[in-house]
Amino acid sequence: MASFKPTKIPIYPKLGEKVTQDTVYWKNYKAPVQIKEFGAVTNIHFSPVAPHNYAVTAFTRIHIYGPFSQEPVKSFTRFKDTAYCGRYRSDGQLLVAGCEDSVVRLFDVSGKVALRMFKGHTKAVHVTDFTSERYHIFTGSDDYTCRLWDIPNATELNTYQEHTDYIRCGVTSKLNRDLFITGSYDHTLKLFDARVDKSVITMDHGQPVESVLLYPSEGLVVSAGGRYVKVWDLLKGGQPLVSLKNHHKTVTSLCLSSNGQRLLSASLDRHVKVYNTTNFRVVHNFDYAASVLSLALAPDDESIIVGMTNGVLSIKHRKSPEESKEVSHQQRRRPSYRVFVKGKNYMPKQDDYLVSKPVREYLTKYDKHLKKFNISKALDSALKPEVTVAVIKELDRRGTLKNALAGRDEKALSELLHFITKNMVDFRFAPVLVPAANMILDIYRSVIGQSPVVDRQLLYLQDLLQKEINYQQELLDVLGMLDTLFASSVPRKELLSQPHSDSFMLFVYFKFKTKNSKEIKKKGERNI
Amino acid sequence: MVEHGDIRVVHRGGIARYCRFLCERGIFCCCRFLLCGSGYEVKVFSTSTEECIHDLRAHTDLVTGVLLRPSNHLQAYSCSTDGTVRLWDYTDGILIKTYVIGYPIYSIYTSANHSGVLFVVTPTSDKRSEFQLVAVHLPQSGDQLVEAREFSAVLSDVSSNPAATSFGRGGEYIASAKGLQLEVYFFKKQKFFLKEDNKKGGKNTFTCLACHPKDDCIATGHEDGKIRLWRNFNHKKEYTYTTLHWHHSAVSSLCFTPEGTNLLSGGIESVLVQWRYNQESQRDFLPRLGAAITHIAVSPDGALFCTSHSDNKITIIRSSIQVSAVIQGLVKGDSVRTDLMVDPRSKALVLNGKPGHLQFYSLQRDKLLYNLDIVQQEYIHQSGLEQFEVVKAAFDAYGNWLATVEERKQKPTELELNLKLWAFDEQTQSFMLNTTISAPHEARITAMCFCHSTDSQTTVLVSVSKDGHFKAWQLAPATHTEGPSWSCDFVGAYHSLVPECCCFSADGSLLAVSFQEVVTVWSPASWELLTTLSQPPGAIRNLCFGQLTCSKYLLGTTDKNLLCCWNLLTCSLEWSTSMDVSLLLSDPFSENMAAFCCQAGCTDLFVFKPSEPRPLFSHKAVCLGKVTRAVFAPREKMLESCEETSQWLNHSQLYFVTQYMVNTQHNEATWHYSREALKNMGLCIRIFTDTFLVYKSVYRLRWLMS
Repeated sequence: MASFKPTKIPIYPKLGEKVTQDTVYWKNYKAPVQIKEFGAVTNIHFSPVAPHNYAVTAFTRIHIYGPFSQEPVKSFTRFKDTAYCGRYRSDGQLLVAGCEDSVVRLFDVSGKVALRMFKGHTKAVHVTDFTSERYHIFTGSDDYTCRLWDIPNATELNTYQEHTDYIRCGVTSKLNRDLFITGSYDHTLKLFDARVDKSVITMDHGQPVESVLLYPSEGLVVSAGGRYVKVWDLLKGGQPLVSLKNHHKTVTSLCLSSNGQRLLSASLDRHVKVYNTTNFRVVHNFDYAASVLSLALAPDDESIIVGMTNGVLSIKHRKSPEESKEVSHQQRRRPSYRVFVKGKNYMPKQDDYLVSKPVREYLTKYDKHLKKFNISKALDSALKPEVTVAVIKELDRRGTLKNALAGRDEKALSELLHFITKNMVDFRFAPVLVPAANMILDIYRSVIGQSPVVDRQLLYLQDLLQKEINYQQELLDVLGMLDTLFASSVPRKELLSQPHSDSFMLFVYFKFKTKNSKEIKKKGERNI
Repeated sequence: MVEHGDIRVVHRGGIARYCRFLCERGIFCCCRFLLCGSGYEVKVFSTSTEECIHDLRAHTDLVTGVLLRPSNHLQAYSCSTDGTVRLWDYTDGILIKTYVIGYPIYSIYTSANHSGVLFVVTPTSDKRSEFQLVAVHLPQSGDQLVEAREFSAVLSDVSSNPAATSFGRGGEYIASAKGLQLEVYFFKKQKFFLKEDNKKGGKNTFTCLACHPKDDCIATGHEDGKIRLWRNFNHKKEYTYTTLHWHHSAVSSLCFTPEGTNLLSGGIESVLVQWRYNQESQRDFLPRLGAAITHIAVSPDGALFCTSHSDNKITIIRSSIQVSAVIQGLVKGDSVRTDLMVDPRSKALVLNGKPGHLQFYSLQRDKLLYNLDIVQQEYIHQSGLEQFEVVKAAFDAYGNWLATVEERKQKPTELELNLKLWAFDEQTQSFMLNTTISAPHEARITAMCFCHSTDSQTTVLVSVSKDGHFKAWQLAPATHTEGPSWSCDFVGAYHSLVPECCCFSADGSLLAVSFQEVVTVWSPASWELLTTLSQPPGAIRNLCFGQLTCSKYLLGTTDKNLLCCWNLLTCSLEWSTSMDVSLLLSDPFSENMAAFCCQAGCTDLFVFKPSEPRPLFSHKAVCLGKVTRAVFAPREKMLESCEETSQWLNHSQLYFVTQYMVNTQHNEATWHYSREALKNMGLCIRIFTDTFLVYKSVYRLRWLMS
C-alpha cells in the first residue's frame, strides 16, 4: 500500500532579485540600533575629524554620539525653541546651530554654553554652515534672507535678500571660501558669491527645495524637492543634467557615499534609495518604519544613520569581515553527529527481539485535509501564495475546485477575493487563478449586490483587469515595434530567436497573459 | 504452417491474468495457494512467496472460472469458453478429468448440498447475448474424457457476470441479479422475485451480490455505490432491506467472510472496505491499493483476503487489513503513449505502467522490476477526471539520464506540460528527479531524443513541439549552491512550419528535424542549419539515421506512401520506394532497419539495410491491426545464425505493440506461443503448433472485446 503523496509545491524562479555587488555591499550591515529622541530628527552631521562623532538635531536639543555609543556623549540643551541644523566646523572644534527663535548659536564641542549668539534674523533659522576658511558662518532663514557672519566679532557681514520664500537648505563650498548655495521653497537654488552682492547662478528645481548637496569636486550640485532629485552642472552655468523620480513622496535628505560613487536619497515614503552616480540607476533600497527626515553616512560607509519623523534614530553599523563570515559559518553549522546517532548505534544483544518503529509521515495541514477530502478546509489552511496556488491546482486536478470555492460566507469569500486580486496579475500564478476567478464569478453571480464588501472587491478586480489589459496592449505595441526593428536590422536567417533573449521571454509572457485576461474580462463584465 | 523456418511471433507480457474471473473464482486452499484463471490456463500461486507454482494448461480457450471441489479440497474445477469443465489436482498440477459440456461456459458454481451437480452459465442456444443458469449432472465414469449429457435449466435470463450469482445458506437457494431484478430460487419451493424500483431516477442497477453463509441475508452492490442487505425474502412481498453507503461509484465486488462476521466491498476507489455484519456503522478501510478493485475473494479459513485489480495485479491481504503480498504482472495501463524503450542499464523494457508511472519490465526474467513514479501526485480514483499522463520518455546512451514529459489536458486551451529530467543514482539504483521544467513548450511535445554520441562530455536533449519550435536542453554545470541542472540551450524553428519528429545521428554530430515536408539537418555543436532535404508531396512521418557503416544515410517516410533514403555526403536522394510505412526504426546494434507497413487491417514487416532498397527479410501479416510502437532489444547471448533471413536477429530482438498487445519477434527452436493482451483483457499463454490457431484466437478475442 502506498502512502499519501503530499501536494507538490513548485519552486518558482524569483523575480527581480538579482544579487549584484551593490546588494552585497549595502546588505552587509548589522541589525539597526534604534534610539528614541525627543522629537523628529531633522539633521545629522558627522564630525570631519576622528573619532567621527555625530551631532543629531532633534527638537530642542543637539546630541553628540560617539561612533559606537548608544548614549549621547554630550548634549546641547540651551535652546529656547526647536533647534535646527547642528553642523561641525571642518576642524571638529566648533558646532553651529539655528533655532526657531531666530538666534544662531555657536558652541565649543567641549563646552556647554554658547560661545556666540548671532542675532539679526527675524524668523526661524533652518540652515547654518561654516565657510571653508572657518571664520565665517553662513545662515539661511524663514525671513527669506541668508546672511554671512564673522565669528570673532560676532557681526553680520552681509545679507542676501533674493529668495522669495523660506530658505530651508544650503551648503557652503569646501574648496572656495566665498561660495555657498541655498535652496528655498520658492523652487530655486541660488549660488552666491561673497565677493559680489548677489547670486551668480539661479537654478529652477520646479518644487520646494528640501535638500542640496555638492559633489566633492564641486562641479555638480544635487538638489531634492518634491518627489524629484535633480543634478545640475555648475561648470555649465547650472544646466540640469538628470532628473530622478524614484520616490513617491517628498525627498527630504541627500548624501554621498564615501567614495563618491553612490548617491543616497531619503524620503517621506520611508525608503532610502542608493543610486549609481554614473548612470543614476537605483541599485539598492532600504526600508524604514517611518518617514525619513535626515540621513548621514559615516566615513568609509561604516554606518548609516537615519532620523525619522517619529523621533527614532536608526543606526546601522557595517559588519566586520569576521562577523560577516561568522554568520554564514553559523548557518552552515549543524548539530553534531552524536545528535543524529543518539540511540541508533545501540547494538542489539543476541537474544533481543527487534521491534522496528514505523516511520511517521508528517503532512502539512492542507495535505491532511486533502487526504480526508476536506477540500474547503484545505484551501483555507494554505497560507503562502505559492502554496495556495498549488492547492488550487491540486483541487482543480481532483475536479473539486468548484465545491471548495462554493458555500462561503462574506468573510471567507472576501478573503479569497483579496488573495485573487493580489496575485492574479502575477504571471506565475495567472494560469491557475484566472479559471478560479471565473468559477467564483459563476458561483456567486446570483448573490452579487448583497454584500458591499464583496462588491467593492469585484469592482477592484474589474479595474485591475482593465489596467492589466491596457498594460499588455502597450507592451504588445512595443513588441510589434521591436519586431519590425529586428526584421529590418537582422539579415534573413533561419534561427528566429535566441532562447534567453528578452524579447522572446516577453513574447511568451504576453501571449498567454493577454489571452487569459481578456477571457476573464469578458466574464467579469457580464456578471457585474 | 509457418513459412519462415524458425522466426516466430511470440506474444508475451508475463503473468497474464484473466482478471475478470480471477478473484470471484480465485480460491484459497489452506491459506497456502491462490488459484486464478489466466488466459488459457489456471495459475497456482503461493500466497507467501508470490511465486507461480503451477500453470495448469489444457483448456483451448479462455478460462472463465475456477472453483474448489466441495467434496475434496485438494481438487479444483475450472471452466472455459471452449465448452469443457476440467478437474485438477492443483498441488501436483495434474489434470484428473475433463467434462465436455459442449457450450461456452461463462461461470461455474457448486455447493456442498448438491453433490455431483455443477451449475454453469451458458448462452441460450438461439441468442448469444442471453444467458441461462444450467445444472449439469456429472456422470460417474472412470474415463479421462467424459461427456456430460444431463442438463436441467434452473434460471433463464441471468447475467454472465460471475459476481452476479451466488449460493446462499449452504445451497438452500441461489440468488441471481440482473439489471434491476434480483431473483432467488429456492430449491425446495420455487423461485421468487425481488424487484428493485427505479426510484427518483437513481442508478440502482445491481452490479454484484453475495449471500451470507449462515443467515438469510443477501448483500447486493449497486451502480450508485450503495450496498443493500436484503432480509425476509422467503415470504412474498414482505422483504425488507437496509442500505449502506460509502462508495461513491459502482460497487464492483462483495464478499462475506466464511463465518459471516464481516462483509468486504470494493470498487473503483481502490479502497477495500470491511463492514461488520449487524454493526454496519463500524467500518475498516484499506486505502490506496493502486487501481480499481475488480474482485474480492476470501480464503476458506478467513485468514487471508485477496483483491484483484484492473491493472493486472492481485493483492493478498491479511484479515487484520494489512497487505501481505502483491502479485503483479505487466501493468496494464489505459494505453501505451510513450515509446517502447530499453533501459540501457538494466536492459528492461520501459513503457507506461500505473497511471503517472513508468514501468521497468525485465524481458529476460519476464518480471516487473519496478514502477517509477513520474508524476508524484496523489492519484484520485474517480472516473471522468483528467489526470497527468506520461506521454514521452527517453533515455540517454548510458542510461544516466531519463527525460519524461507528462501532460494533462482539461480543455484545449489549458494544456499543462512538464518536462522532467531524472538522473540515475548509483546508491539507490533508481532514477532521481533532477530538474522539472514546467511548460517547456506551448503546445504538445511530439518527439524527444537524447544525443547518442559516445565521446562528448555534454548531453543534449532535443524536444520537438507542435508550437513550431524545437528546443535543445543542456546540462548546466554544478554551481556551488546546487548540483547540475538542465536549461534551455537553443530554440530553433524553420519558416514557422510545425516540426514533427527529430533524430540524432549515431555519432551525435547531426540532428535531423522534420518540418512537414522538409527535413532540416542541424549541427548540434553550433546550432547552424546545414542543409534541407525534401521529397514532396507528403509530410514526414518517421525519421531515422542509419547505424554503424550506414551512418551516412538518413531515412524518412512520408504519409504519401514513400520511403526515402538520403545520402548525407552528397545531400541527395539515394533511393526511394513506394510503401505505406506506419513505423520505421533502426537497430542500434546492427545496420538493419525495420519498417512496419499497415495494409488492409494487417501489418507487414520488412527488414532492410539502408545501403540497398532490397529487403533482407519480409513477413506478411505479422499481426492484425496497426503496430503503434516497436523497439529493438539487445540479446543476452548473441546468436550465430548464418541464414540470411534470420541473421538480422543475431544481436537483438524486435518487440512491438499493436493496438491490442505486446509482441516480440524472435527466432526460437521451440514452438511456444505465448500470448498477452495489454489493452483490453488479459490474454493467455498457451502452447500451439500452428500459427493459424494464434490468429484464430485473436479473432475470437476481438469478437469478445467488441
